[in-house]
Amino acid sequence: MEANEQVVSGEPMLESPSKPIKIKILTKSTIAIRITLLALAFLTVYAFFSFDYKEIDFGEAILATFANIKAMFFEAHFNHFTFTHAFYQVLITLGLAFLTTIFGAIIAVFLGLLAAENLTSKRVSAVIKGIVAFIRAVPTVLWVLIFAVAAGLGSVAAVIGMTFHSVSYLVKAYSESFEELDNGVIEALQASGASFWQIIFQAVIPSSLTYMISWTFLRFEINFAVAVAMGAAAGAGGIGFDMFMASNFYLDIREIGTITYFILAIAILLEVFATKFKKKLRVNG
Amino acid sequence: MQADFFAKKRRNSIGFFAILAAITVGAIIITEYDIVKGFESLPRAVTWALGNFYPTQESLVKLPDILSSLIETLLVSIAATSIGAVFALFFALMGSNTTRVNAFFGSISRAIATLFRNIDVAAWALILLFSFGQSSLTGYFALFFGSFGFLTRAFVETIDEVSGGSVEALRATGANYASIIFQSVIPSSVPQMLSWVLFMIETNIRSATLIGLLTGSGIGFTFNLYYKSLNYDIASLVVVTIIISILLIESISNYVRRVIL
Amino acid sequence: MTPLLEVNHVSKQFGNETKALSDVNFSVSEGEFVSIIGPSGAGKSTLLRCINRMIDASNGEIIFDNMNVMNLKKKELKMVRTKIGMIFQHYNLVNRLSVIENTLHGNLGKKSTIAGALGLYNQEEKEQAVKILSTLGLVEHIYKRADQLSGGQKQRVGIARALIQNPRMMLCDEPIASLDPNSAKVIMDHLRNISTTMGITVLVNLHQVDVALKYSDRVIGINHGQVVFNGTPKDITKDDIQRIYGSEAEDLIFDIGGIHAS
Repeated sequence: MEANEQVVSGEPMLESPSKPIKIKILTKSTIAIRITLLALAFLTVYAFFSFDYKEIDFGEAILATFANIKAMFFEAHFNHFTFTHAFYQVLITLGLAFLTTIFGAIIAVFLGLLAAENLTSKRVSAVIKGIVAFIRAVPTVLWVLIFAVAAGLGSVAAVIGMTFHSVSYLVKAYSESFEELDNGVIEALQASGASFWQIIFQAVIPSSLTYMISWTFLRFEINFAVAVAMGAAAGAGGIGFDMFMASNFYLDIREIGTITYFILAIAILLEVFATKFKKKLRVNG
Repeated sequence: MQADFFAKKRRNSIGFFAILAAITVGAIIITEYDIVKGFESLPRAVTWALGNFYPTQESLVKLPDILSSLIETLLVSIAATSIGAVFALFFALMGSNTTRVNAFFGSISRAIATLFRNIDVAAWALILLFSFGQSSLTGYFALFFGSFGFLTRAFVETIDEVSGGSVEALRATGANYASIIFQSVIPSSVPQMLSWVLFMIETNIRSATLIGLLTGSGIGFTFNLYYKSLNYDIASLVVVTIIISILLIESISNYVRRVIL
Repeated sequence: MTPLLEVNHVSKQFGNETKALSDVNFSVSEGEFVSIIGPSGAGKSTLLRCINRMIDASNGEIIFDNMNVMNLKKKELKMVRTKIGMIFQHYNLVNRLSVIENTLHGNLGKKSTIAGALGLYNQEEKEQAVKILSTLGLVEHIYKRADQLSGGQKQRVGIARALIQNPRMMLCDEPIASLDPNSAKVIMDHLRNISTTMGITVLVNLHQVDVALKYSDRVIGINHGQVVFNGTPKDITKDDIQRIYGSEAEDLIFDIGGIHAS
């Protein structure tokens, strides 16, 4: 038991009792965290002083909000439309979300291949990633409105406008899963004389397919919410537009309640599925 | 046997794509999506944008106005996110399986967060419009509710992922609940949580534009004003300022993320 | 000698089907070094966690220091936990905090809510922490972040956190399962030393039979949630190993022969 002796012989290093011992360490990371938190706190406080309150009685408005939310959820009713109509509008919203996702996925597969560093070059990858960052910087609603000038308000402008963000989201997700592919696999196929596209369709896509499907579904979940919002803000139709009408024209909070129930039902359903897909991502990852 | 394997594989993938194609056709019909118009409008939009949608010398006069409403929108987004994060932290501690006080409060917290998360911020804006009218507060609360719901879920996942082991160790030393939270859970998960908060601020600035359109405030309202009055040069200047501010904030938060994670 | 720990007729059931422990009985005297061995999934971890009630046993009684742990109220349970140190397979340190902060965490059980939450420690406690860390050979790492350490060093911090509690007993859950052989030896030597020189009772879950036989005063073998062997390393036979490990035993028996021979 030599090791035992070693342990005992290590004389405890006694600090002089008067000198206080520090226990915290200040790393770059802790400093950055503190600065960020302070900055956020300061900006938040400043924001509250700078808000344009437009003479709103804060307390009264809060109480009114509670009353509204209560009326919305507990006294929901149909007034300007029927259950069948609402159901049909939900289907339209789902349709918009689906088209956006499918178009986005098809475009993103090609751009994703180009953006994957191991399949093309660092240069091409950087260019694609730059374009994607630019697309993401413009809010979806602005894409839709810009296209509405050329195509008119409606499903065409909505789907094309919404496709932009789907593409940027999916390019990032796809290219990352392509990049995870073992280089040895590509090398082995290259050695056997396979062409670029053969490698893509025989090795790259099959091995990333589970990821791709999961990410695409997660985007579909997001696109449903986006489609609701675009219906309201850009006249894209679907349940979002009904909500906008109920809020801005009929001023009917109870009808908004009904619409909210419809949206919630679909959104929660999609979230349950999405969570399952996410688990799959983690298990395979 | 082998032939079977390939045949089955092919049948499966053909079936999968057939279903996708069928849904696509159904979606095209129900949304009255005009495919031809879709393809046509792309080049048309590009030509139009190149011809009309760029800032001119004259539009620069409006820059101060635009910047002031942009700053208002940025502040609303940041304030909504930070306050949302404070509430989310509390609900996440209650909702996480690692740190919850008991199963009942755990389920309640998670249910509340699910409710808030699944009502889109645009929907919240329309609801809040009733009581807060066209003020900054409508957008603020809409973003606050959305951020709260999203961040609660993100924080719960962070806590469960990061601090399970050390929480167990501190419980075994007989430490009380407050000690466990402040000595183990918070130090382990703060960087990850902060990264989520930064992500949420980026998202909220984009959503704030949308909410501004709906509620008549901030940068969204400014854009809509010039867009509707066909002043596309000024509208494009608004878009440019939004792009610059979002890219700027993204690079700041990417830098912070690199340092803290 | 009176036993420090008595486990009487303890059972644990998860859900309706899986019985993790059934009618487990044994006792441990003050200062003893006891290993619990058995195949993975035999219930070793569950058993260890039932002792300080990280998991609540379904039936039976657990007497620690003349108190029935299973009947304790929340406050009393925390008191008992301060007297029992625990170390883990995955170390369970707070990765982003310094080594000395992680060590001082062992004192949290004795702190008030506010002092604990703010992490306020007095000079005496800090000196104690430095002293323990230098005994464990970690003095030059005091201000390193826990995630900058190697596995063996992390486990030594885990031991330091347990020792600063000034415990009567240490529960060690697979302390060397994630370590390389050299680090494993250092950790086991430290644990043995703690038991011999400080008189602290050590109860350790192990997967490796040879290690258990080399270091322990007594070995308890568990299979399918039942105690199938309880005796000194000298008394253990090939049949016992067969009973503890079942079909896995084939690979192990050769090793045992070697150890008895030496």
